[in-house]
Amino acid sequence: MTIACDRCLARGWLLATLAGHLDPVRSRIDELLALDDHELIDAVGGKAASKLKSTLGDFDAGPLRESVERAGLETICRCDPAFPGGLAALPRPPSALYVAGGRDRCLALIREDPVAIVGSRRPSPYGLDVARSLGRGIACSGVTVLSGMATGIDAAAHEGALAVGGPTLAVLPGPPQRPYPASKRSLHGRILEAGAAISELPPGAEVRRWMFPARNRIIAALGSMTVVVEAGRRSGALLTAAWARRLGRLLGAVPGRVTSPQSAGPNALLACGAELIRDAQDALDAVFGAGVRRAGADSRAELEGDEAELLTAIASGHDTMEALTRAGLEPERALVTLAALELEGYIRRGPGGRFAVLPGV
Amino acid sequence: MLARLATFAIDGVEPRQVWVEVDIRPGLPSFTIVGLADTAVRESRDRVRAAILNSRFTFPQTRITANLAPAFLRKVGPGFDAALALGVLAASDQVPAAALRSYAVFGELSLSGDLRDSPGALAVAEGTRRAGLSRLIVPSQRGREAALVDGLEVIAVPTLRAAAEILMGAAPPELSAPSQSPAGAGLAEPDLADVRGHRTPLLALEIAAAGGHNLLLEGAPGTGKTMLARRVVSILPAMGRREAVEVTRIHSVAGLCADGLITRRPFRAPHHTISSAGLVGGGSPPRPGEATLAHHGVLFLDELSEFQRSSLEALRQPLEDGRVTIVRGQRALVFPTRFMLVAATNPCPCGFAGVGDRCRCGEADLRRYRRRLSGPLLDRMDLLVNVERPTELELSSPPVTSSEAARGRIAEARERQRVRLARSPARCNGELDSRALRRHVRLEAGAERVLARAYAAGTLSARGRDRVLRVARTIADLESREQVVAENVLTALSLRQRSSSEEASAWPQAASG
Repeated sequence: MTIACDRCLARGWLLATLAGHLDPVRSRIDELLALDDHELIDAVGGKAASKLKSTLGDFDAGPLRESVERAGLETICRCDPAFPGGLAALPRPPSALYVAGGRDRCLALIREDPVAIVGSRRPSPYGLDVARSLGRGIACSGVTVLSGMATGIDAAAHEGALAVGGPTLAVLPGPPQRPYPASKRSLHGRILEAGAAISELPPGAEVRRWMFPARNRIIAALGSMTVVVEAGRRSGALLTAAWARRLGRLLGAVPGRVTSPQSAGPNALLACGAELIRDAQDALDAVFGAGVRRAGADSRAELEGDEAELLTAIASGHDTMEALTRAGLEPERALVTLAALELEGYIRRGPGGRFAVLPGV
Repeated sequence: MLARLATFAIDGVEPRQVWVEVDIRPGLPSFTIVGLADTAVRESRDRVRAAILNSRFTFPQTRITANLAPAFLRKVGPGFDAALALGVLAASDQVPAAALRSYAVFGELSLSGDLRDSPGALAVAEGTRRAGLSRLIVPSQRGREAALVDGLEVIAVPTLRAAAEILMGAAPPELSAPSQSPAGAGLAEPDLADVRGHRTPLLALEIAAAGGHNLLLEGAPGTGKTMLARRVVSILPAMGRREAVEVTRIHSVAGLCADGLITRRPFRAPHHTISSAGLVGGGSPPRPGEATLAHHGVLFLDELSEFQRSSLEALRQPLEDGRVTIVRGQRALVFPTRFMLVAATNPCPCGFAGVGDRCRCGEADLRRYRRRLSGPLLDRMDLLVNVERPTELELSSPPVTSSEAARGRIAEARERQRVRLARSPARCNGELDSRALRRHVRLEAGAERVLARAYAAGTLSARGRDRVLRVARTIADLESREQVVAENVLTALSLRQRSSSEEASAWPQAASG
């Protein structure tokens, strides 16, 4: 096992120590993270600056190594030849990555062009369905699904990948052994079983708001492509997209209704030339070239007659029982057909009895 | 001199015989009541005294002791007044004591000597017959109600004087004719013919009524959930006489009975701030709760998520057993609670999920909301239907169906169930448990396949499967089928209420929370 060097670990310790100081200046977090240790202390250290510098001067990595081991983590530092090349493109790559779920597995997950799927924490049911379907399709072809495990789109993408037993990697804002948000404990557990979670923060660091944009830059740098599924105008997912563009990575976006606030972000990205992503195949074609990798095939039975008619009606906006009745379908018949469509995986019943057409794969 | 006559105390909704003994002895004038009497009974001394004097009798200026036996039973309320007054009159020889032997007497007195309306007359009448007494004196307002009990001579009198005269040999008055305008008459009863649009909810209502299934209505505010729920009683099969008498007795005890037999199934819609005692009965002395008042009818819980958790938890036993037991001190009271539960709820905290893009609830909000709702109560809800606002066009179109037409179909379906379930404790499909389901529900091969498929997909729990089977059986009954076909199962799947665990497996992002 390769050991991270003390200097690289010191940076993690410094970030954890300065975590509280960085929060008030998080609008400049990209610049600040690009500074080296002493400059960073000068910039935000305040009164504690000189003391911090002397502690950093004779930093003892022992206790940190112990806590890493206690938390069951492993480390990869940038002096390590195996350190992910993608991160080198960042102005100042993280000095070390803390890994939960196994260093070798993590490196294997990153090796082959992972695709990042990111988006809003308050998505629409449409966004969730698409994120899950993208996660499934991309993972099906053996490509790693990369995301941030946040509520909403991120979690749905991970769930999609896990559903087909495919590879997935979560980049967490805080220490990787701790689920963040805490409500995603079960998802975190399943990700660690099948994939891995990483972070640039060592165990013991408290999650602060600046860590989210910082984490986003790692996602953008690790992914060969970043796909934005849904994002409001001020969503953090757009920061990930901006990083992807800055680093020269592929950028994709899922089109949505022009009236939907959650689709404002991706629609704007599309207007500025992002790749149009309709399904997993679109993303795979963009990364690997047309037809090189295949997303899983649609395994659902072909539809005909009543079922096809009903699916068309739902897709065209008659998405509740009353609306279907109004469109001329008999409720008795519609109830039967709806259940059949749901069983076949063509539609899903959402809150308020609203039906949504599920994407294939 | 000693006089003795029978009256009745109401214990829960059951009559308990009480003997009133009045003893008059020479001595300083005094009037004492003994025998575990509450304040209202002890106050009756003053009412009895004034009523006797105002009825042109004399109140004996001696030592009077009245005993209410058995002494261990708590006597509550003013219903003993008339019996005490007649006891005093008999003991002081103003009415013949021997005549009282075959009578039970029940009613409150006013100071003027009028017999006042008192709750529980029907229960008292039943008690009178059970005790083997042949005549009952009640206030005249309660005559028709008490006369519902066969084999009993009911004497309804307006005043103490009239009661005394009958004991002295006068002819009892005729029972009053049914009053021409009972409360609520003239108002049209809610009917399904008033409903425009709402075709799917109407379908669900019919299935629920046909199988006695509990029903959950989900929809944004103002879409017509309450309006629909009110109409469920209009399509339930008519009550038999035994059921009607039972309902009348309960409502009479609660003081809610207007006049005579209640023939319409009760519809109770308690406000969501109700306590668990208010819902299932309780208090001291224990009184029937809304669940008991809804016996043989419909209990409607609007804004289900707003009810206190403890209140809803308390509904569990009544829903499962059809009765609720309330223990107070050494006694256990049993209130019957066989009702159909209809509940209404908003689809999400803001209420607008499914209405355009108005809903602004996040995933966590929805999860919290579902959790509030989930639990034992939702497990008893077989059907869920979404209620949406009807369109302008639908509002001006003719009604889809009427209660009369629906009642016909439902009566037929119930008859099929009655025949099939003749030798089981359940009376309708809604009351079938897992074991009974296996015995009574025959699935066609296609239906079996659909159900297996839904179960394998993981979005159907074992309990959810039972719910689907019950409803599918009822739909087949409505279609006069002996075997359940695939279409019936599919319709039941579409109308099923999903517990939060089932919801979670359909929505993975919720499962991870």
